[in-house]
Amino acid sequence: MTTTSWNHKDLLGIQDLTVDEINCLLDTATAFKQVGERAVKKVPSLRGKTMVNLFIEPSTRTRTSFELAAKRLSADVINITTSASSIVKGETLKDTALNLQALNTDIIVIRHSAAGAPHFLSRLLKASVINAGDGAHEHPTQALLDAFTIREKKGHIAGLNVTILGDILYSRVARSNIWLLTKLGAHVTLAGPSTLVPRVFEEFGCRVTHDIDEAIRDADVINLLRIQHERQRMTMFPSIGEYAAMFGLNKERFARTKPDAMIMHPGPINRGIEIDSEIADCGRSVILEQVTNGLAVRMAVLFLCAGGKHSPEGAE
Amino acid sequence: MNSLIIKNGRVIDPANNIDEVRDVFVVGGKIATAAAQDAEVIEAAGRIVTPGLIDMHVHLREPGRSDKETFATGTLCAARGGFTSVVCMPNTTPVADNTGTIAFMKQRAAEAACVNVFPTGAITKELKGEELAPIGSLEKAGVVAVTDDGHCVQNNELMRRAVEYAKMFQLPVLDHCQDYNLVADGVMNEGHWSAALGLRGWPSIGEDVIVARNILIAEQVDWHIHCQHISSARSVELIRQAKKRGIKISGEACPHHFTLTEECVKIYDTNYKMNPPLRTEHDRDALLAGLADDTLEIIGSDHAPHCSYEKEVEFDFAPFGIIGLETELALSLELVRKKILSLRALVEKFTVNPARLLRLQEGTLSVGANADITVIDPEREWTYDVAQTASKSRNSPFHGWKLRGRALTTVVKGNVVWRETEK
Repeated sequence: MTTTSWNHKDLLGIQDLTVDEINCLLDTATAFKQVGERAVKKVPSLRGKTMVNLFIEPSTRTRTSFELAAKRLSADVINITTSASSIVKGETLKDTALNLQALNTDIIVIRHSAAGAPHFLSRLLKASVINAGDGAHEHPTQALLDAFTIREKKGHIAGLNVTILGDILYSRVARSNIWLLTKLGAHVTLAGPSTLVPRVFEEFGCRVTHDIDEAIRDADVINLLRIQHERQRMTMFPSIGEYAAMFGLNKERFARTKPDAMIMHPGPINRGIEIDSEIADCGRSVILEQVTNGLAVRMAVLFLCAGGKHSPEGAE
Repeated sequence: MNSLIIKNGRVIDPANNIDEVRDVFVVGGKIATAAAQDAEVIEAAGRIVTPGLIDMHVHLREPGRSDKETFATGTLCAARGGFTSVVCMPNTTPVADNTGTIAFMKQRAAEAACVNVFPTGAITKELKGEELAPIGSLEKAGVVAVTDDGHCVQNNELMRRAVEYAKMFQLPVLDHCQDYNLVADGVMNEGHWSAALGLRGWPSIGEDVIVARNILIAEQVDWHIHCQHISSARSVELIRQAKKRGIKISGEACPHHFTLTEECVKIYDTNYKMNPPLRTEHDRDALLAGLADDTLEIIGSDHAPHCSYEKEVEFDFAPFGIIGLETELALSLELVRKKILSLRALVEKFTVNPARLLRLQEGTLSVGANADITVIDPEREWTYDVAQTASKSRNSPFHGWKLRGRALTTVVKGNVVWRETEK
């Protein structure tokens, strides 16, 4: 395992990473995935380190995944959610973060509704700052686990046709995936209603289309995104029903995809809207494997950013 | 007292069509034809001497937010920036929609201000865009214009009536052009960078729609609407065409809009968050062209102080606006160096143009006028350090910038209110 390509204390986004750095993260995650398959799933890599999960926006998967990743690396973990914090008393994010740092926290994992919040914290703190999703900006560990899953299943990423379907405008998952997949040489198509998939995304090296049948016909990977109700202006499309009819992945459309087209979804799924319920559970869906891989990817991210001393192999 | 000789400067006084090296005499606080015996001599060889500059877009924050700025600190910023007159906006607490607040402002100006302060009144009560403020009474109390700056009257019928009513008192109407539906909760220009950064877009069309609306109302009513802080290329073109048709419409540009672009936001620094937002290179070019052909006839700072703790937050949650009085002149002189404007044209945008719109006596070196004078070294190099600002706030994106051009002496009614002593 090589860790020589990584010398950042923070993971704020994919956009600023090099191909070497992305591969370093993915390779490290491969090693950690094996740890998760052992009878004893815990390694001492981050023993004595403290990680705070600062989640100022709801989350099930990502928060649990980061917590478990840290625990498997033997770090001490504290979870903070908005409703149970002094943020409801009017404390600023800056003050909250400085107080956490005053407790000698080593890693702060932040989920926030405001784009750029992790970047703001990284300028203030000596601790490692890991972006667990900032507004509509980036969700780097999601893109890494998506890439990890594609690489594991397809053997490579370069040259693949990846279609990301749905609410691109408000999606941090879409942005992080766009940066990562284009850097690694995939052909990225974005599809969905014109209001949620504006042409400006062509400036990021993607193809934009509003014809879903055309978008999925040649796809090797179809990544479905949910409608982001919480970030949605009310004027973007007529109704959930029309969205499902026009852009949902139903059985009829699914039948016209390539026979080995892989179905992905970052969750949470809205069954019957962006994806037919049976397709979500079918053999070509890797939705739950994405979750499993997310744990390995987050262990790798924490390990590299916090400068863990023992490699996974050496932890036997 | 109040007697000066400003010697050997290049005097640029557009009101009197003067651009020549000569002396300016001040006797008893007024411009005079000859020196008084006890006059202080200010050597101005190699300097530019202009009528005191006017900034018609300033937030002094008093009453209500004297933690951000006061009449004393805001006007000292103005003096240091070369401005002898500022026009302050009515979005105070309470809102300047009543004669009592205007009286308070005039009293505070008399007590604490080191430059002339001209208040504006609100167009609508509490800036809510629902009912007209008592515009006639505000005019009697001494406002020079009405505006809901920071807000924008959305109801076109109400705006039409406001302009009709203000015309009766010969008060120009200043408008912050923003369509609330199109802009919604946008925080930066809609385009490449908002898409990349995941920030909600504030599209140019949100400004353009209101500029077009204002042109139609100004034409219908035949009265002045001044479009504040224009940021978009299409708005510049709309105003240009309307002016050709003789409509009483004018446009204002801010140094940050003609100096910076939306790309600055990429580090999520809230000192690049302003309303309207920084836009594209294309928009910036259009502002420069608009300044050059006088479509945008006035430069204003939109000096908007905010406390550091208010700005040191997530980009979405930070208030809009930056301080600008101290950097405005140097950033504007850049237009002269880049041959976009002549020195005289620049001085017009800071003197006769705002004075004409607001019907002020200021902005001239005519004999008998109040001796408001700015002495400028257009080549002086200096570094802007917000730690040294006269403002109570620190929210400037120009901190650390190496600037060229500075006011060396600022004179208000014959009194030297600022003298550059560095070096």
